[in-house]
Amino acid sequence: MITAGIDMGAKNIKVVILDGGRMIGKALVRAGFNTQESAEEAFAAALADAGITKEEVEGVVATGAGRTNAPYTDRDITDVGSDAKAVIRLYPSARTVIDVGAEEGRAIRCNAEGKVIDFALNEKCAAGAGAFTEAMSRALEVEIEDLGPMSLTSKTTIPMNAQCAVFAESEVVSLVHNKTPKQDIARAVHDAIASRIVSLARKVGFEPDIVLIGGVARNVGFVDSLERALEHKVIIPEDPEFFGAYGAALAAAEA
Amino acid sequence: MTEYWRWKEYRWHDENIDPRKGQLITAGVDVGSVSSQAVIVIDGKLYAFSNMRTGSDSPTSALKAMDWAMEGTGMTPDDLGFVIGTGYGRVNVPFAHKAITEIACHARGANYMYGPTVRTVLDMGGQDCKVIRCDEKGKVTAFAMNDKCAAGTGRGMEVFADLLAVPIEDVGELSFQVEEEPPPVSSTCVVFAKSEASGLLRSGWPKNKVLAAYCSAMAHRVVTLLQQVGIEEKFAVTGGIAKNIGVVRRLENEIGIKALPPTLDTQIAGGLGAALFGQRLLKKKLSGE
Repeated sequence: MITAGIDMGAKNIKVVILDGGRMIGKALVRAGFNTQESAEEAFAAALADAGITKEEVEGVVATGAGRTNAPYTDRDITDVGSDAKAVIRLYPSARTVIDVGAEEGRAIRCNAEGKVIDFALNEKCAAGAGAFTEAMSRALEVEIEDLGPMSLTSKTTIPMNAQCAVFAESEVVSLVHNKTPKQDIARAVHDAIASRIVSLARKVGFEPDIVLIGGVARNVGFVDSLERALEHKVIIPEDPEFFGAYGAALAAAEA
Repeated sequence: MTEYWRWKEYRWHDENIDPRKGQLITAGVDVGSVSSQAVIVIDGKLYAFSNMRTGSDSPTSALKAMDWAMEGTGMTPDDLGFVIGTGYGRVNVPFAHKAITEIACHARGANYMYGPTVRTVLDMGGQDCKVIRCDEKGKVTAFAMNDKCAAGTGRGMEVFADLLAVPIEDVGELSFQVEEEPPPVSSTCVVFAKSEASGLLRSGWPKNKVLAAYCSAMAHRVVTLLQQVGIEEKFAVTGGIAKNIGVVRRLENEIGIKALPPTLDTQIAGGLGAALFGQRLLKKKLSGE
């Protein structure tokens, strides 16, 4: 059975196409002002990637912040639900899922059946999500892709007082002005987000195996900070940002 | 390149007061994370002040603010009998005799600026928002503060002024030049509100409408803080955002209470309170207590 999942994320729209639970196509498109149009674009790209036509798709489910605006379906599931479904499918030993996206961070505890036992969200504040690293990379005048590797070259922990992305930006400008090495600042930025994420994880009580998903999982600096703060290694899958859509596509097959 | 967030720095002194005839001359220096003020009080009356952006170095900012406040008055630092430092950078006012918390200074300053009937002071500063309850003497009886989040602070407003390319001093007025009051932006977080605002602009919302939506959200955020402490009349507002009628009028509407109209620059409340504390301490010192 061929199904599709559409993750209407705050920054990027992801589409995953599954055939009997196996991923056969995927696509990611930046969410434009008209999110439905962007989703249609992503859907077409995923179909092309899978080499199939829209008629061959038997079920579509949406997830993500903008899921009620998704095209092609009126079925949607929560982000928490889709994350857990997808992670357990690929990592049966996972008991904790940490998902850090552009505008939201979540920690999810699940059991062996993939059922969500508890979860904690940070959705009100940019400091616990990708928006923070974006703002900081601007303040440091480096490309966002370089922020992670750069921070790994630092061996110094400097404290960052600001808990808010807006204040942190001013703080970073000050630190740069005072000649603090950029890599140390970058490391501090990752430590700051990691500490917010870890407090979410502590709220739900994290248990191994811990799987990290979401776009920010690609940031090696953040991963390093997170593992240090958790005092535990995390598993990072390939294509971490596609797990929401993956879970939604699995839900479509369960219909 | 125009910097829309940049507000005008300035200084003032009272031409009718002659500092050479003053008995008790004190100064308060309020070094905030965004702005710094130095205020001079002579024999219990406000004499001079300066208001400028805090630089990257607090002690330098304190010195600059102090020098600027004295400019054109003929005064020198030796004329200052007592100097109190306050604000986020209070420990960095090198020439201060003592440091006093900004909460206490704000209450005292508001008492001078608004009179003994003021009981609730809302200070909307550069990087924090405070609600201070005080008595008729300007003594603090309760307070709450938000210093973790940019929503409702000057920095938050600067980010928006910059995004919309509107001089920050015009934000308030322009936010009322709308056909009808729009709903507030849904995010309190400045970073998210900024993305939301970009979207609204692209969908065709005029700038003033976006300003109105943002001011509305900020006013609401501040009302939440006010309700934590409880509002007792009379109510007054201090700090930079007190000059933004877009936020002030909307929060007045939400709480159903009008703020006392300001008669002095609302940004000097902290420095003024500090200088007034200095008066009392200098008097004690001179009388040999």
